[in-house]
Amino acid sequence: MIEARGLSKRFHDKKRGEIRAVDNVSFTCQPGKIYGLLGANGAGKTTTLRMLATILEPTDGTALVCGYDVVEQPQKVRANVGFLSTATALYPRLTGQEMVEYFGRLNGLDEPTLKKRVDDIFNRLDMNGFRDRRCDKLSTGMKQKTSIARTLVHDPPVMIFDEPTTGLDVMTARTIIGFISDCRAQGKTVIFSTHIMSEVERLCDFIGIIHDGMLLAEGTLPQLRSKYAEHNLEEIIVKVVGPLQSNPEA
Amino acid sequence: MNFHNISCVYRKELTEWLRDRRTLISTVVVPLLAFPILMVGMVSLSSVLIGKAEKETHKVMILGGEDSPQVLDKLRAVQNIEIVPATDDYKHRISEKEVRAAIDIPKGFQSALDRGEEQTVKIYFYEGELRSSSGANQVEKSLKEYRDTIVSSRLSARNVPTSMIKPFDVQQENVAPPEKVSGAALGGILGYMVILLSMTGAIYPAIDLTAGEKERGTMETILSSPISRLDLVLGKFFLVLSASLTTAILSIISMGTSFYVVGRSGFMPAKDAAVLQLHVGLATVLSVFLMALPLAVLFAAVLMTIALFAKTYKEAQSYLTPMTFIVVIPAVASLLPGIDLTAKLALVPILSTSLVCKEIVAGTFHWAFIMLIFLSSSVYAAAALFIAVKMFQRESVLFRS
Repeated sequence: MIEARGLSKRFHDKKRGEIRAVDNVSFTCQPGKIYGLLGANGAGKTTTLRMLATILEPTDGTALVCGYDVVEQPQKVRANVGFLSTATALYPRLTGQEMVEYFGRLNGLDEPTLKKRVDDIFNRLDMNGFRDRRCDKLSTGMKQKTSIARTLVHDPPVMIFDEPTTGLDVMTARTIIGFISDCRAQGKTVIFSTHIMSEVERLCDFIGIIHDGMLLAEGTLPQLRSKYAEHNLEEIIVKVVGPLQSNPEA
Repeated sequence: MNFHNISCVYRKELTEWLRDRRTLISTVVVPLLAFPILMVGMVSLSSVLIGKAEKETHKVMILGGEDSPQVLDKLRAVQNIEIVPATDDYKHRISEKEVRAAIDIPKGFQSALDRGEEQTVKIYFYEGELRSSSGANQVEKSLKEYRDTIVSSRLSARNVPTSMIKPFDVQQENVAPPEKVSGAALGGILGYMVILLSMTGAIYPAIDLTAGEKERGTMETILSSPISRLDLVLGKFFLVLSASLTTAILSIISMGTSFYVVGRSGFMPAKDAAVLQLHVGLATVLSVFLMALPLAVLFAAVLMTIALFAKTYKEAQSYLTPMTFIVVIPAVASLLPGIDLTAKLALVPILSTSLVCKEIVAGTFHWAFIMLIFLSSSVYAAAALFIAVKMFQRESVLFRS
């Protein structure tokens, strides 16, 4: 379970001064559910997810992940989280197996458990054909599978995905979507951000719309459709964010 | 601090390092091959050139001397000398390397000699041109021999012993043992090389493990794992330090072997070759490394900290290139004559280590300075490592955009 409580993040920029990337955001993600975080580029999605994964520290507020505080117990939080984004690349000079084993060891798995877990994941994701191939020699699809295996190796109860399908071809994106769906089926708490509305409609049990660092709307898809009297999710976002934001050139 | 995690990071970085051609070349291949190629190449090339110049027949002009047949006969008898007809443009022809030297014999040279008047024979040559110098030297040697013969005959004609003009001889006698001689000659170089190479060996791994990781997008991946930033930076730091020491050790082995081989190859005169024989024991080499260890720690930590600021490999390279000059200048300063260890200099990083290494190789152990330098270097190294750890905890550095 994830509970964000007044999560805020401010950055200082020499030219622009203080930037409120995330401003007092609170929400809850339940186990066995997928929470979709939607918003334009620069809305604050990545910063929010990075704070939940303890890669960034909140300026104000906090969040509980599996009962652990992201500010007070960041290592325990990370031990319970699998984090996947387009920015989480693989080590090019390690093989797929070495990559997954490395993260298993950093998560404190003993060698017999690690071996069993790696074999299990590689069988499940059909990765045995390239387990000894260096990551810089893998195709995009193979790399994504290796990244998934890396996030799964310690069997975390919470999964955080930051735009995991951006820039991927259809087949690779389907693998990721299928994997996210599997996580829900396994009872994991899942939060993910995306620009692709079809993915949200297909996957998300709960949706949060974020803009200028603020969480402006939250609810299930039917709730949002009813509240904003729009069926199309894109139109709902436009209504939530405001008419000024509807023109992408603005 | 979790030693399992530090070791885990270290082993992973080592695996990647051993598979990276770029860092392997800079850390292992270059130091192993640089010295043998430079030493053997330069010494054999110079010996070939010098030998060739000495064996070559040099074209030489004689200006004047028509009234002095004896000296002309002496000059014609010099080996490897070919007398060519004199021309007025002799200076131009020497510059154009058509002739190697010109000998100007003053008018009435022979009769002036007979009268006992002092004469000057000029040898024109082109300084800096090996063959011209060689030709001029041979001519000068032959003329001096001729002069000595005249002196001897004059003395014997007057029944004066040779000791009259040479009442005593002066001879220098070396009392320094061979290790001191080679220590003085090579001591500065040994410390300088260890210091310089421990820095150059650390540059590429330091970039690869920081800016390289940012550029490849793996920084966010590793930061999402439960490892603490302290363990992460220590694991990386130990790899950079290992690379630094590996480069220094391989370089010293390579340098020692090259000197030994060249010294015994017969390419050089025995006296010069003896200086190249490093008469240093294992204890001395270990002492040099022990003194250089805190400096290697300092380099590894400082280079990692600076490289971490960069977003890309290329940017980090541009930051670290000036570091080479910062290290070279104090290291070279220690080689200058007249710069000796003092309490104040003992607190100057790099310079102090370079100076003390020079003394250690020469067999001098100033224990008070050694302790002071080791302690001050260790304090600088600890401070640099502390800053490196702090930098790894700063989001503005890790996610600089």
